[in-house]
Amino acid sequence: MTAAALPSAPRGGRLRRVSHPVAIAILFGVAALVVAPLVSLLLIALIGDTELWPHLARYVLPNAAFNTLALLGGVASIAAVAGVGTAWIVTAYEFPGRSVFVWLLPLPLAFPTYIVAYVYVDILDGFGPVQTALRALFGFQSAADYWFPNVRSLGGAILVMGFVLYPYVYLATRAMFQTQSATLIEMARSLGASRWPLARDITLPLARPAIAAGLALALLEALNDIGASEYLGVQTLTLSIFSTWLNRSSLPGAAQIACVMLIAIAGLIALERYGRRRQAFTGIDRHPGIARRIALQGSKRWLAAAACITPVALGFLIPLAFLAHQAILRSMVRGFDPQLLLHTTNTVLIAACATVLTLALGFGVAFALRLVRRRYAQACVFIAGLGYAVPGTVLALGLLSPLVAIDEAFNWMTRAAAGINVGLVLAGSSAAVMIAYAVRFLAIATGFAQSGLARISSELDDAARTAGSRPSAVVWSIQLPLMRPALWGAALLIFVDCLKELPATLLLRPLNVETLSTYIYQFATRGSFEEGALAALIIVLVGIFPVIRMVRHADEALLGAATPARAWSA
Amino acid sequence: MNFHSIPLAIIGALAAGPALAQGEVNVYTYREAKLVAPLFAAFTNDTGIKVNVISASSGLEQRIKTEGANSPADVLLTVDISRLEDAVANGITAPLNSKIVEQVVPAAYRDPEGHWSAVAMRARIVYASKARVQQSSMTYEELADPKWKGKICIRSGQHMYNNALFAAMIVKHGEAKAEAWLKGLKANLAQKPSGGDRETARDIAAGKCDLGVANTYYWALMNDQEAERKPWAEATKVILPSFQGGGTHVNVSGVALIKTAPNKANGMKFIEWMVSPAAQQMHADATYEYPMRAGVSINKTIASYGELKRDPMPLSQIAANRKKASAMVDKVGFDN
Repeated sequence: MTAAALPSAPRGGRLRRVSHPVAIAILFGVAALVVAPLVSLLLIALIGDTELWPHLARYVLPNAAFNTLALLGGVASIAAVAGVGTAWIVTAYEFPGRSVFVWLLPLPLAFPTYIVAYVYVDILDGFGPVQTALRALFGFQSAADYWFPNVRSLGGAILVMGFVLYPYVYLATRAMFQTQSATLIEMARSLGASRWPLARDITLPLARPAIAAGLALALLEALNDIGASEYLGVQTLTLSIFSTWLNRSSLPGAAQIACVMLIAIAGLIALERYGRRRQAFTGIDRHPGIARRIALQGSKRWLAAAACITPVALGFLIPLAFLAHQAILRSMVRGFDPQLLLHTTNTVLIAACATVLTLALGFGVAFALRLVRRRYAQACVFIAGLGYAVPGTVLALGLLSPLVAIDEAFNWMTRAAAGINVGLVLAGSSAAVMIAYAVRFLAIATGFAQSGLARISSELDDAARTAGSRPSAVVWSIQLPLMRPALWGAALLIFVDCLKELPATLLLRPLNVETLSTYIYQFATRGSFEEGALAALIIVLVGIFPVIRMVRHADEALLGAATPARAWSA
Repeated sequence: MNFHSIPLAIIGALAAGPALAQGEVNVYTYREAKLVAPLFAAFTNDTGIKVNVISASSGLEQRIKTEGANSPADVLLTVDISRLEDAVANGITAPLNSKIVEQVVPAAYRDPEGHWSAVAMRARIVYASKARVQQSSMTYEELADPKWKGKICIRSGQHMYNNALFAAMIVKHGEAKAEAWLKGLKANLAQKPSGGDRETARDIAAGKCDLGVANTYYWALMNDQEAERKPWAEATKVILPSFQGGGTHVNVSGVALIKTAPNKANGMKFIEWMVSPAAQQMHADATYEYPMRAGVSINKTIASYGELKRDPMPLSQIAANRKKASAMVDKVGFDN
């Protein structure tokens, strides 16, 4: 789904009726992996009756739908303005601190959203430092004596999520700005186009697919949130799934709401794709290269810096400082929890394996789609991305049945062969968590893979194939090397998302395994998340290095890859 | 591609030890791992049985049910009556048939069919501003009195702790009166329900509201163990409310034995150990709960709230009404 720069298959020309059994197997295999939990969810939904719906329709859904739409609208606005704005500023202009902002801007990604919600409630609530200072300053006796915006509100949730999730838009859009039509921009500039018309007529329309892809990721992430919405008192549709499940003991009812939501989301994504089906950005890939940055002068330099520091401060620096302060306070009182080392190792191992698995599957389907240019192949890729649209816990519940079914078949075989029961090999091990991550984050991998592939001229494949290369050789020796930026981008996002994933991890992890996010969560449920501050910092620290590496590597790869690509396609 | 072999290798390293080995018990729990870790360590110390743990916040009943015959789960250790009832409803539990449990735990805090038992209690009570609230006793019914208009704070009405309290109100007064009461309480709220029970204390301390509904152990934890939250406890006092003509609403931490338990004997040992004098004392001191076993002393701070007069209502009645309570929360728009 969230394919950036869509590979709208080149029109006309090359008709090839070669069958690619391996590619077809990959397409159907990966689609089946995602479909399995969705089907088991559907089966759960179907065993229930619909008796809950009149109640839901009358008392729950109108309010929940309004809150959800308002939340998504608000988050979309903030993420779009902050994400696109900063991506454009750091790409087009030279100003003090630019080279630092380039890698600081994506960092809010490393924070689990709900942790930032807790942080801001602590900072801004009645007893927090801000209001305490205000009271001291103006001589108020209590918080009832003056008006102060309440963080625990819809507005608070929008701000928190907007400033944590904008990096999805930033990353997607910056990659696009960097590679798009440097020539086009330079040409427009030399013809005297001023800034706004340039942005309106050239840059933004060209970046639209990337903006849409980034926004889709940010909004699905917001939609999946439970922790922050519950804490901030925003009754969303996702929360109503949980009350239906837990308080009415109606898993079928909850599955029904989840299915309806999934259909709505899939419909919206399909509609968005249909809307830009005729946009083909051919030619972009021919002249990659970064447009010359304009050095800003005078006060504009500082305005640009201020525009960049604002989202970084709100989404990253302030929460980071707060957590660091808490971590130092706590470790002085209680000492360092030696178990954290083990949890960190577990978390990184699981996240790394899941990232490799997700990349292999996601890039696999993208390569396969390039070979098998059929409608059903595109449908498979679309389906592969649907896991991102299901709340983590719901996905985990759906995934359990197919995993246990495989385990039972496996046990049947080992019993038949050796007379032993091996137990739950998949469902009872970390494999369950990794598979859940892969299903959930495949959309990121396919999105990056498709946008990366779209920039590689298909003439390149044809040339290699004509020269006798097998399709797999084309993938390994031509496409993959050229797609390094996309590969790194996807790897980073998936890795960081795996590091902080909570709901599926919580429900699927095996006995005695904690990840950093489940470790933090146990404190948060008890209402003292600060005790998990150090673990939260470790997530951020582990996340920072891949972010920096990716930003740097993407820039280098971009410059490096440009030349051979041009040579090949000439 | 050999990508696939890497996760498999590491799965081996990360997977829990063989669930069927001797000398283990596998506990699936909704309690926070850190909180109950000392209990598990003491159990291992006493019996030599190793405790393996999965802690989660929801879905463990579904997980055990789906895992089926091969599930490693021996014991489900939960908070809140609703989870225990869900476990029974999902058909994953076995009757305890334990004389020890029956001796220690009063009948109102056990499943009539013997499928679960409480191991400790907590009460849902009122925190009040020391400065602005004079009275030192009150009824739950009084929370809907218009004299408190704009003065009460509470977490989400769909939270299981509140749900159980509202369900108890239905048991006491019937649906219609309970709904009127809930509307009255909603009308008295200072702000939309949000946060957790600690935030309720914080909001009272900051002057946003005068009264709040919360569990017994939070105040004690803030007062005894959390220096930075001590001011919230200091600004508030604890009132143990009662139902009109009844006692204080109590909820439980409880255990159930899993039907498919591979280590059933160890599971039973664990459950019976949880109500032993030593374990009950640990509950009182480490988790600040009320012990089930008579004669075990209550934590000093908790005891300072005054004597707990438990409402005699059996928990199974609360459990039977919680779906109605949840629907009622939606109906009066409590969280909106």
